[in-house]
Amino acid sequence: MNGTINIGEISDVMRPASTASAADEKSILDHIHSWLVSVDHKKLGLMYIMYGLAFLVIAGLQATLMRIQLAAPNLHIISPQTFNRLFTMHGTTMVFFAGMPLIFGFANYLVPLMIGARDLAFPRLNAFGFWLSTFGGLLLYFSYIGGEGLSGAGSAPDVGWFAYAPLTAKAFSKGHSTDYWTLGIMVSGFGSIATATNIITTIFCMRCRGMTLGRMPLLAWLYLIVCAMVLIAVTPLTAAQIMLLLDRFAGSHFFDTQAGGSAVLWMHFFWIFGHPEVYILVIPAFAFASEIIPVFSRKAIFGYPIMVAATCAIAFVSLSVWAHHMFTVGMTSTGNTFFVVSTMMVGVPTGIKIFNWLGTMWGGKLRFSTPMLFAIAFLFQFLIAGLTGIMMACAPWDWQLNDSYFLIAHFHYVLVGAIVFMIFAAIYYWFPKATGRLLNERLGKWHFWLFVLGFHITFDTMFIPGLLGMPRRIYTYEADRGWATLNLICSMGAAFQITGISIWLFNVFRSLRKGKLAGNDPWDAWTLEWSTSSPPPEYNFAEIPTVKSRRPLWDIKHPTDPDWKYE
Amino acid sequence: MNKAEDIRFDSKASPRCGPFRIFGRTRVRNSTRSNLQGRGVSSSAPSDSHSDAMPAKIATHDFNIPPWMFWIALLCIVPQALWGAERVDSSLIPSTFAPESAPAHSISQLARFVLSITGMMFVLVAGLLTYAVVRYRRRANDDGMEFVQVYGSGPVEAAWTTVPFLIVVVLSLATARVIQEIQDARKPASALDVQIIGKQWWWEIRYPKLGIVTANELHVPVSQGGRRLPTFLDLRAADVVHSFWVPRLMGKIDLVPNKVNSMWIEPERPGLFLGQCGTYCGTQHAKMLLRVYADTPEEFERWVKQQKGLPENDPAVSAGRLVFERTACINCHAIGGSSATDRRFGRDLTHLMSRDTLASCALSNSPANLRAWIKSPDQFKPGVLMPAMNVSDSDLDQLVAYLTTLK
Repeated sequence: MNGTINIGEISDVMRPASTASAADEKSILDHIHSWLVSVDHKKLGLMYIMYGLAFLVIAGLQATLMRIQLAAPNLHIISPQTFNRLFTMHGTTMVFFAGMPLIFGFANYLVPLMIGARDLAFPRLNAFGFWLSTFGGLLLYFSYIGGEGLSGAGSAPDVGWFAYAPLTAKAFSKGHSTDYWTLGIMVSGFGSIATATNIITTIFCMRCRGMTLGRMPLLAWLYLIVCAMVLIAVTPLTAAQIMLLLDRFAGSHFFDTQAGGSAVLWMHFFWIFGHPEVYILVIPAFAFASEIIPVFSRKAIFGYPIMVAATCAIAFVSLSVWAHHMFTVGMTSTGNTFFVVSTMMVGVPTGIKIFNWLGTMWGGKLRFSTPMLFAIAFLFQFLIAGLTGIMMACAPWDWQLNDSYFLIAHFHYVLVGAIVFMIFAAIYYWFPKATGRLLNERLGKWHFWLFVLGFHITFDTMFIPGLLGMPRRIYTYEADRGWATLNLICSMGAAFQITGISIWLFNVFRSLRKGKLAGNDPWDAWTLEWSTSSPPPEYNFAEIPTVKSRRPLWDIKHPTDPDWKYE
Repeated sequence: MNKAEDIRFDSKASPRCGPFRIFGRTRVRNSTRSNLQGRGVSSSAPSDSHSDAMPAKIATHDFNIPPWMFWIALLCIVPQALWGAERVDSSLIPSTFAPESAPAHSISQLARFVLSITGMMFVLVAGLLTYAVVRYRRRANDDGMEFVQVYGSGPVEAAWTTVPFLIVVVLSLATARVIQEIQDARKPASALDVQIIGKQWWWEIRYPKLGIVTANELHVPVSQGGRRLPTFLDLRAADVVHSFWVPRLMGKIDLVPNKVNSMWIEPERPGLFLGQCGTYCGTQHAKMLLRVYADTPEEFERWVKQQKGLPENDPAVSAGRLVFERTACINCHAIGGSSATDRRFGRDLTHLMSRDTLASCALSNSPANLRAWIKSPDQFKPGVLMPAMNVSDSDLDQLVAYLTTLK
């Protein structure tokens, strides 16, 4: 049928190491070895995801410690030095070592399957990129041991995740913690650039027969855009890190203000990476939503071409908005106005996307399986994230909101409310494809409701202390400012979130053994990855499929009324 | 046309895609629907007609926990959050929505305007989303058939591109106007000039035209009775980036090394306004607090006069003065009228006792606190740059006695 065939059970398919039978000792070593040396996009994808999730949990625990310290005014549970390291490591880890590996993990796993390819274009480059990212993360965390050198007590960096100069200069950051921070990010940045190049090449050169750019699944399109943004955005960051290293080791003075260097230069370099980075992380969330919402609404995505166009517009405009992070550094009124307008403009294509997902659901038959629940919560939360973003784009109001807890609440709405929620949706959705077993729906719903409740208790409340003048990154606060009750409520929300995540972890480990068998296509979906077995064989497709529309499996399931008649 | 094909488009199909059709030219696959008009849904959908449905479908539940429970829980929490269980002096809460100065007023007005527009957008879009989730949920008696497929609609998409664009234009114009109003405001001749120098982790405050140097507690006059007395602040940093933020007077502006920024405030009523450093600046960022005292013009004149004078040289405390001059205190701290008049690393202590607080507003100013602070600054602010001097208890008593005469 159109050249696509369903592949039956393949006996030699590798399972994740955790499912390996303990009885067979040799096979465990073999499995571990096969994972370590693998160049298979699926194994690397899963390793990326597991690695990202491990760091997600670590950074989540760091956030919990901070919430405990902030639960009441003038607490002394954690020293200021430790607190500053916690928020630095939390931010750095979440962005570079949880967010980036997770989005690249899904890209690795899904893009070749969805475009009907057998692997990425450069499998060994792919492995290289993964291991660079991994060692970058390990290097950062080694700073806890090696930050002060072997003789002194260890310490992690404490400069904040955007490490404003001159706090990173030798004069203010002694020891080597900042060097570990710089090198860790630089090394994993090289990995990101390698993988992005790889994915772009794969999408351009390895699509199966019949899959024109206009017929690619939206996920592939959005990843194409994300990877282009990675190439554009990560390079200035790497350049800045090299300059910082030169400052610290070779006596240059790019950011060394004591010798006439410029603190603002670092801000420009960092945010011309930093703002596109937000979209690098959130566009994959859009990609998951654009696959999950149609399947669970039983309708084709609404306005496919305009979804692609809107994403291109977001990518393009997001490259010219970076200085909205810098409204308070004293730009001219003309400069401020330019960045107000460009930032506001991002709202238009972003709005289009929300409306198009709404249009997809409109008139459908919504199935509230766990992936869809997360996707619906994502829509509401991303709406709030976008609207609070518009508030912060008003430069004068941003003078009040910037670096306050309002900002913290806003970007956690993006990073947790949108990205983490969609990552959970994607895990519930594609877990059966990767493992052959479904996650438990009942536990999934407990996870969802606890997490959504905890998220809103924490982050809805967090807007208010920001409006009441509470700045970010303070290890404690005075009792006379009226922030105590609000902070206590924020901290209580963390307990709900932790419980939700624990249930999810339990669900994952339980379902790996006992989950319901998924079959090839548990969700009655339409893209190519569901045409092969679960988990897919190493070669993905026994015969490279040929497609005639955006939903090849719809065409197979409805041979008399295929999509290609209407596209 | 096979049988399964027939069943997919039941007669409910047309009203359901109605909203898109009112705009005409909707890209709906309707080529086959004309054959199906009049086919009743009352006939129970035979399960054997799922010839084109896929195998291995999983059973999906509807909501286990009704969503309204979640919203009710949320509604219980928010008022509690707003009222707060704490008892604090509400006039001291640095709320951005309780402005007391010209720039903060404009910001808060803009904020209310933007908040109302975004609020309306939220209600509209969230309402539509909720409607879609409730209205289009799969019913218990669903026949399992695929539904009419809609691919998009040019006019609808054009509408939801244009309307947000227009809203964005309005918001941009409103914002640009407030930027102009605040940033490009002309400085009246009656304005007071103040220099703020951010240091790890305190504020040096200088009045260059009045020859006053103080720390952490900024005194400014209020504009009253048509007499405009705004204060223009010159913002600089000695070490790393800081940010001057007193929410009720003005938003924050950064103090950046090698750069001079400026901002202005114009309080309208006398009072005390709290603020603190707004940008992470190192270990004690959290306790880099700030107080602004808005005084009536007469009070301000009195304060200036008092600050310009020198403390009396009280022979009764000369022993303490000797301790100050003999130990390392003198390396960093200036005291007018003593042998240390040009030390700039630490705070100027000339009028130490005229300030309400110590340690960048983290401690109230009392002899007991002063003594404890000098004995071990690290105990109050771990990581602080002022070292403990290890002076003996008797020396410490004399030192504190001397410092308390610096009025």
